[in-house]
Amino acid sequence: MIAPTEHAVVDLEEVSKVYPSEPPVAALRGVGLRILRGELVGIVGPSGSGKTTLLQIMGTLDRATSGTVRIEGTDVSRLGDGELAALRAQRLGFVFQQFHLAEHQTALDNVADGLLYAGVPLEERRERAAKALAAVGLADREGFRPNKLSGGQRQRVAIARALVGKPALVLADEPTGNLDSAAGRAVLELLEHLHEGGATIVVITHDRELAARLPRRVEVLDGQVVSDECA
Amino acid sequence: MSALDLLRVASGGLRTRRLRAALSALGIAIGVASIVAVLGLSSSSQAGLLAAIDRLGTNLLTVSSGQSLAGDRAELPLSAMRMVERVDAVERVAGTASIDDVGAYRNPFIPAAATSGLIVQAATLDLPEVIGTEVARGEYLNAATAREPVAVLGATAAARLGIDRVHEGGRIWVADQWFYVAGILEEATLADEVDASVLVGFPAARRYLGYAGLTAAGRRTDGPPTTIYLRAETGSVEEVQALLARTANPEAPSEVDVSQPSDALTARAEAESALNGLFLGLGAIALLVGAVGVANIMIISVLERRAEIGLRRALGATRAQIRAQFLLEAVILAAVGGGAGVLTGILATTIYAAARDWSVVIPPEAWAGGIFAALAIGALSGMAPAIRAAGVSPSEALRSV
Repeated sequence: MIAPTEHAVVDLEEVSKVYPSEPPVAALRGVGLRILRGELVGIVGPSGSGKTTLLQIMGTLDRATSGTVRIEGTDVSRLGDGELAALRAQRLGFVFQQFHLAEHQTALDNVADGLLYAGVPLEERRERAAKALAAVGLADREGFRPNKLSGGQRQRVAIARALVGKPALVLADEPTGNLDSAAGRAVLELLEHLHEGGATIVVITHDRELAARLPRRVEVLDGQVVSDECA
Repeated sequence: MSALDLLRVASGGLRTRRLRAALSALGIAIGVASIVAVLGLSSSSQAGLLAAIDRLGTNLLTVSSGQSLAGDRAELPLSAMRMVERVDAVERVAGTASIDDVGAYRNPFIPAAATSGLIVQAATLDLPEVIGTEVARGEYLNAATAREPVAVLGATAAARLGIDRVHEGGRIWVADQWFYVAGILEEATLADEVDASVLVGFPAARRYLGYAGLTAAGRRTDGPPTTIYLRAETGSVEEVQALLARTANPEAPSEVDVSQPSDALTARAEAESALNGLFLGLGAIALLVGAVGVANIMIISVLERRAEIGLRRALGATRAQIRAQFLLEAVILAAVGGGAGVLTGILATTIYAAARDWSVVIPPEAWAGGIFAALAIGALSGMAPAIRAAGVSPSEALRSV
């Protein structure tokens, strides 16, 4: 499947990442991966396979040691800290296994913080956060603090935060890892639903069963892509 | 990201850790409070003293016998008081003569060397009015008691002799005889040498203490004064002052010391006391300790909040925004401490000044300086932690939790 580059949200060419420890650890070795607009992709692999490093490089949280990383056609190695931050603020959304919600803030303000660094005024941040919360089915939990929410609800708040800025790409790192199977299934269904609405989503997981439900699966082992199959 | 957003984010970090924030602000608060209180108290006490001087009048002048050219103690002529009284703008005159080698004791059994630093002085009848003091207990000397072995005690002298009230038959031992105590004076702010004095009349000094002078005609009379107190007309104080030495002792004006006690007191009030420096130093040390506390708490905060830093970077915060957040947090912390310190310092000054009947004076450099010092400390101690926070790699921060 060869797609024109301008439709690629993420385009990795020969990406390697070596951590300068003693001895140096090669977390990624020559990874090539292209993700198109509107895809829902699972990146599967056991722990230590390099999948989290892959996510962080796609999310510009880390820089590749060699190779080219393009986000929507832009080579990120040429961007400075300010430009990378702007890219993350406006084009990328993150969902983490540990949710990373601010405990002292309401669900609404947690979601609104997704727009904090995108230069959106507070009133508008809250309005858009309310819509995003409604989209994940938590309209009635706006005023709740995270410690009053279940794990599944917290992850849905985090997903709303990732989506509130309408990013080009949502990167989810083990989004169901801290949830029981029912809540995990609900979160996955939410991601599928959002995908149907047009969002581009990459889900990292070590759970093959979960990955089996996704339309495209990329399998990573020892820092290399070993298979890339579409359902 | 607007300044308001930044402020909201920075204060949010403190609001979630209230107790810790309060404790680390406390160090700054103590330092600032002590500095404000020291400056406030010294200014208020100065204002109090100046007000007292104003009330007592600045037109009091004193003429006292200085030293002769040979270095001996000079004497004023017998006629000195009469001469001073004749000067045009002089309103009232009083005199005292300190009588050497005579001590005052509670009873005959006290060794002569234990003088308690008291001096026995002959005094004229209008001394209290001229120096601006009141009789605290009993009464002052009058024309009758000035001829008898009767004494009036200055405030300090009464305390040192252990006499706090005046009763019939109360007496002290002066020059091998009993003197009856007629009264006790209030403190004399403008003439504090009177406080440690035991005052007797000039005629009594001549008859019982042997303090006498000889007139030109060879007649024994009251001894010469050693200090003359006088009130000049308010507008003419300087002119009178210029005339006094020559008037009091025309033959040897250079042996006369003329001074304006209110001047000396004002100068003393305006001089900073050495103790102030000490307390200011302690306040500065408290501030330094507070600064170390803020820096410490911020460094711990950066370590603990790596996940938050990672998340914010993932949400699109630049390094500069993270740095600004942590720096502002330290500044807010210190500013809250500084504000509390200034209020506490003002409160302490107000309470103390009210108890002393002083007006409250907080010099602007005290409160403005306190707030400024707190802000500077916050910025300085927040700098290193903020730089550290900005340097946290987002990938490691998110991976480590």
